[in-house]
Amino acid sequence: MIETKNVNFYYGSFHAIKNVNMKMKSNSAIALIGPSGCGKSTFLRLFNRMNDEIPGAKLEGECWINGKDIYTKHTQVDMLRKNVGMVFQKPNPFPKSIFENVAYGLKVNGIKDRAFITKKVEESLTAAALWDEVKYKLNKSAFELSGGQQQRLCIARALAVSPSILLMDEPASALDPISTAKIEELIHVLKQQYTIVIVTHNMQQAARVSDKTAFFMYGELVEYSDTKKMFLAPEKEETQNYITGRFG
Amino acid sequence: MKRLIDTLIEQLIKMSGAVTEITVLLIIVFLFKEGAGLFNASEVEKGYTVLVHSENTVERLSPKELKEVFDGNIENWEKLGGKDEAIRIFRFDEIFSIYTEDELGKDYVLLPEKLEEVISADPTIIAYIPQKYLPTNLQGIKELAKMNISLTDFYIGKEWIPTATPAPLFGILPLLLGTLLVSFIAILIAIPLGVGVAIYLAEIANERVRKLLKPAIELLAGIPSVVYGFFGLVVIAPIIQKIGGLDLGETAFAGSLVLAIMALPTIISIAEDAMRTIPKAMRDASLALGATKWQTIYKVIIPFASSGIAAAVVLGIGRAIGETMAVLMVTGNAAVIPNSIFESVRTIPATIAAELGEAPGGGAHYQALFMLGCVLFIITLIISIVAEVISSRKIIKE
Amino acid sequence: MMQTKKIQEQIAFTVFRLLGFLVLGVLLWILGFIVYNGISVISWEFIFSAPTDGMTGGGIFPAIVGTFYLIIGSTLFAFPLGIMSAIYTVEYTKNNWLTKCIRIMTNNLASIPSIVFGLFGMTLFVNTLGFGDSIIAGSLTLGLLILPVVIRTTEEALKAVPKTYRLGSTALGANKIQTIKRVVLPTAFPNIITGLILSIGRVSGETAPILFTVAAYFLPKLPHSIFDQVMALPYHLYVLATSGTDIEAARPIAYGTALVLIFIVLLMNSLAVIIKKRFEKNK
Ligand SMILES: Nc1ncnc2c1ncn2[C@@H]1O[C@H](COP(=O)(O)OP(=O)(O)O)[C@@H](O)[C@H]1O
Ligand SMILES: [Mg+2]
Repeated sequence: MIETKNVNFYYGSFHAIKNVNMKMKSNSAIALIGPSGCGKSTFLRLFNRMNDEIPGAKLEGECWINGKDIYTKHTQVDMLRKNVGMVFQKPNPFPKSIFENVAYGLKVNGIKDRAFITKKVEESLTAAALWDEVKYKLNKSAFELSGGQQQRLCIARALAVSPSILLMDEPASALDPISTAKIEELIHVLKQQYTIVIVTHNMQQAARVSDKTAFFMYGELVEYSDTKKMFLAPEKEETQNYITGRFG
Repeated sequence: MKRLIDTLIEQLIKMSGAVTEITVLLIIVFLFKEGAGLFNASEVEKGYTVLVHSENTVERLSPKELKEVFDGNIENWEKLGGKDEAIRIFRFDEIFSIYTEDELGKDYVLLPEKLEEVISADPTIIAYIPQKYLPTNLQGIKELAKMNISLTDFYIGKEWIPTATPAPLFGILPLLLGTLLVSFIAILIAIPLGVGVAIYLAEIANERVRKLLKPAIELLAGIPSVVYGFFGLVVIAPIIQKIGGLDLGETAFAGSLVLAIMALPTIISIAEDAMRTIPKAMRDASLALGATKWQTIYKVIIPFASSGIAAAVVLGIGRAIGETMAVLMVTGNAAVIPNSIFESVRTIPATIAAELGEAPGGGAHYQALFMLGCVLFIITLIISIVAEVISSRKIIKE
Repeated sequence: MMQTKKIQEQIAFTVFRLLGFLVLGVLLWILGFIVYNGISVISWEFIFSAPTDGMTGGGIFPAIVGTFYLIIGSTLFAFPLGIMSAIYTVEYTKNNWLTKCIRIMTNNLASIPSIVFGLFGMTLFVNTLGFGDSIIAGSLTLGLLILPVVIRTTEEALKAVPKTYRLGSTALGANKIQTIKRVVLPTAFPNIITGLILSIGRVSGETAPILFTVAAYFLPKLPHSIFDQVMALPYHLYVLATSGTDIEAARPIAYGTALVLIFIVLLMNSLAVIIKKRFEKNK
């Protein structure tokens, strides 16, 4: 369960997120759509506090995950990030072997048990539907994989630390159609176990993978409802315009 | 008219494209031409010769042996493969204490004869005389075979005594070891400091500090080496002397410290640039997995920037090895194989700078200094190629 | 568990911060030391008079003039040649083995120690060409030394000029050389200037290349022709520091000389930075 209460977010004096209240149910997929620059990525990065890294950024309001305010003084950001995995727009594996990429999150979180790490790497790669393609070359550099494989590796890397939430920022926008289809398939499977928040600029993709969809414009949450309803009978005119391509 | 000028300029441009090749080629040709002369040079100083009694069984002596004999360290012919007899050293000026001016005749015309008399009278003698007074009649006298200075004398000779008579020693080993020792320690000091500061600037310092610090450090890269040398001489060497309780502060360590300080701006600037080129996504990915900033730095950023950092280090080494003035001013310049970093050493560039002014043009010493230049040239050439290879070996294909 | 990695981070960052300040501190120490000791020596008289009393008194005017001549001489030689060479590699040759060769040679030239340039200048300019120890021999040697700097900065400046500028000009019927003269060079100019100024800084500070090609130990009169020897600031500092007649008595003058030298070099470097910033803003 993710919840935002009166969230406002500023880059310096620029008001990027405007008073957003939103609830997201566990074990479901929520799509964030909206024209470019409307604040989707910014909103997504609130939940693993990646916005903390940006100098001059400021948050007002509250963010709750599984019944805990994640912006208190006592919040351990690293624990939060372990629980809230993230997949980025472009595949960004580390300049390390495939195995080391997946093991990275475990190692930085202090896990030293080799056997456990090996088991976890296999599980994660399997869950990311990559295991069969890489099981004989785990020690090869991650850069030798294709773009689509690299993105699934990044998903495996995020899954390895056993998160309950997965944030995906346009995870397929840099991939070819076949790789995109594979990722979408994967999301379908993963949402049984994980809460997935996915940003996408691709309407069909949102319709295909998500249970609920949120439409943002100029930093405001315009409409938030079941995906089916949103695409068949949106309440707001802006939403209608955007979905039918008359905007953005 | 305008056309003509344009064509002319165009031709000039095309020709000047070759200027660096020509320069490098010229440098190689001239350096090696002068330097190679060394191996055609006689080991005995030019214009001089060494004579022994004709019954002496020794036919030749190496420069090293000649030096030992004339230094009085070898006192018996047996050690040189001759009979068991004490060596009598005869230096040219002794002739003037045996014979009067009158006996030597006008313009010393009789001097060769007298030399012959003296030398043929003593089977244990070894004499070192100017070539022009070589007796015409070599009865009872033998000239030691003249050997050329060999490659081995130069490259593995353990002594550099270019002014020794009758046979100067041009062993490069003490100079080479001195150079490597000073540069190596310098780099050992400069790497952690330089890379550390680069990390601080690239990853830890906030934008304001970075904007201030980076240009400041780059500005300091421009300070001339002679100023660093001067500072080393008046500040660092005395401090080392005091702290170490040494007789002299001008030591290998002083040289290393000064070189380290000089290499810092270069290393910092290149290493920082290398770290800045890392895609932000790589950093974010690590942080998003719960890594701390520090874990991100040493597990992702440093490995990613490693080739850039390595290139910075190699370039730093190259500059340290070739640095002349600062080292010349603070290392004390004793041309002996160093036993510790708290002894005085002399590096190859410092040797060239210090001795070329006094070496007579075209002589063996002069040629030996050019050979040192060749050695230096080759070392830095190799280093620059290595740096090139390292920095072109990109880990990531975009 | 979580604590250890936080603590590690704290320690590491503290260490790095200290390193940063340590290095800055050392560099400022050197600068401060020279300025502190040299500033009291600086006066009009110091700048504009010749050394006296076996170099323990008087000023450093001949050395300043000498360095000035060497700057002029070496830049007159290296700038046109280096700029043309860079134009050739960037504008004329395709990316073939020749450019590669030129680039490697330029890199090598840049890595050759300055003392080797000194040796080379001595055999070629002083002996073979018979210039003797002279301004021209020293200038040519220093010119070769900064040639790679000039070539490299010019190349980078030229590469930074957008392709469309060239296309636009060619489309208007200008030929290659006209395009270069009218469009490419003016656009690249500020960056080229920056590189040139940096190399002036370099020339004024180099000692090893001039030891055997031009520098005079003590020569209170000014040169009359390019075949005369001159004193030069860096060599003068070296002499004052290590081999004057009375090193202790010459110390204050050495500090003054070092300060003047640093001032010239840092002035050049800051000028380069400022010019670059200026033009970057205007873009
Ligand atoms: N680091 C930043 N600093 C300042 N402004 C930013 C930063 N990141 C994003 N913005 C601004 O915030 C707004 C929302 O950005 P973003 O969340 O990336 O939009 P989206 O992902 O919907 O395209 C944009 O106008 C963008 O220019
Ligand atoms: Mg976005």
